[in-house]
Amino acid sequence: MSDVLERVKKIVVDNLDVEGDKVVESASFIDDLGADSLDLVELVMAFEEEFNIEIPDDVQESIRTVGDAVTHIKAHI
Amino acid sequence: MFTLTGRTALVTGASGGIGSAIAKALSEAGAKVVLSGTREGVLNEVAATLPGESAVVTCNLSDPEAVDGLAAKAEEVVGPLDILVANAGITRDKLLMQMKDDDWNDVININLGSYYRLTKSVVRGMMKRRHGRIIGITSVVGVTGNPGQTNYCASKAGMIGFTKSLAQEVASRGITANAIAPGFIESPMTDVLPEAQKSSLLGRIPAGRLGQGGDIAAAAVYLASDEAAYVTGQTLHVNGGMAMI
Repeated sequence: MSDVLERVKKIVVDNLDVEGDKVVESASFIDDLGADSLDLVELVMAFEEEFNIEIPDDVQESIRTVGDAVTHIKAHI
Repeated sequence: MFTLTGRTALVTGASGGIGSAIAKALSEAGAKVVLSGTREGVLNEVAATLPGESAVVTCNLSDPEAVDGLAAKAEEVVGPLDILVANAGITRDKLLMQMKDDDWNDVININLGSYYRLTKSVVRGMMKRRHGRIIGITSVVGVTGNPGQTNYCASKAGMIGFTKSLAQEVASRGITANAIAPGFIESPMTDVLPEAQKSSLLGRIPAGRLGQGGDIAAAAVYLASDEAAYVTGQTLHVNGGMAMI
């Protein structure tokens, strides 16, 4: 469980091409990490694959920060 | 130039004149082609004439669930799809004042609705692979209009708007979306036109002949190719000059 954040971090770093130390739980994908809406869709796709879960569309909209993603993923794996 | 070796393609409406020509041309260019349509016998006959690997997956495009499952079925056979050619379409020609809701809904659902559904189901994989070619076969009348075809022209104009919007959404992921707008193409439908109507039709076409399926297929091969990577959101008119837009 504890490595969820690390795995999320790695996906975010790979997908958004950002420095690892910027990927903290409070970081907003769009405002802090430079993601656009299409990047968000791709991130969710990558999370779904990595953790083998389904993230429904309405939940996707509520995932704004790295912490949001980690919380959601932890609740569903 | 314009080789599609190692690429995979799904062509809907592949039993018709234009669809079968597109399937053949993609296959000749080296792509593995999945032919879709409702007439399995005809699809198998077309598949048998293709030089490369091909498969037939029937699908009734008026059934949304069937459309949603079509791409997955095609991918089971040939692997992840690189190219989608949404060619299937129907007409229910009537003057607006005589048009029934079913005439409107059937045409919009099959021509435009299935384009939406099918594209949505293939674009996710294309985004991951950073490569894809969406090609919608629209019509010259989607741009010019045509009396008796409010439903058909609306569906074809809708395909163009859809294609342009999609092109903007996915361009950064190596995916292009373009439309091809055929003019009058020789088909069983035009074969039965009375001679007088045929000659008045030809009078409007500077090239002096009806188009062939192959004329459209060549455009599809180009748009599907790596060389067309910088062409997106466009409508390529292939009409012998009958409308220059």
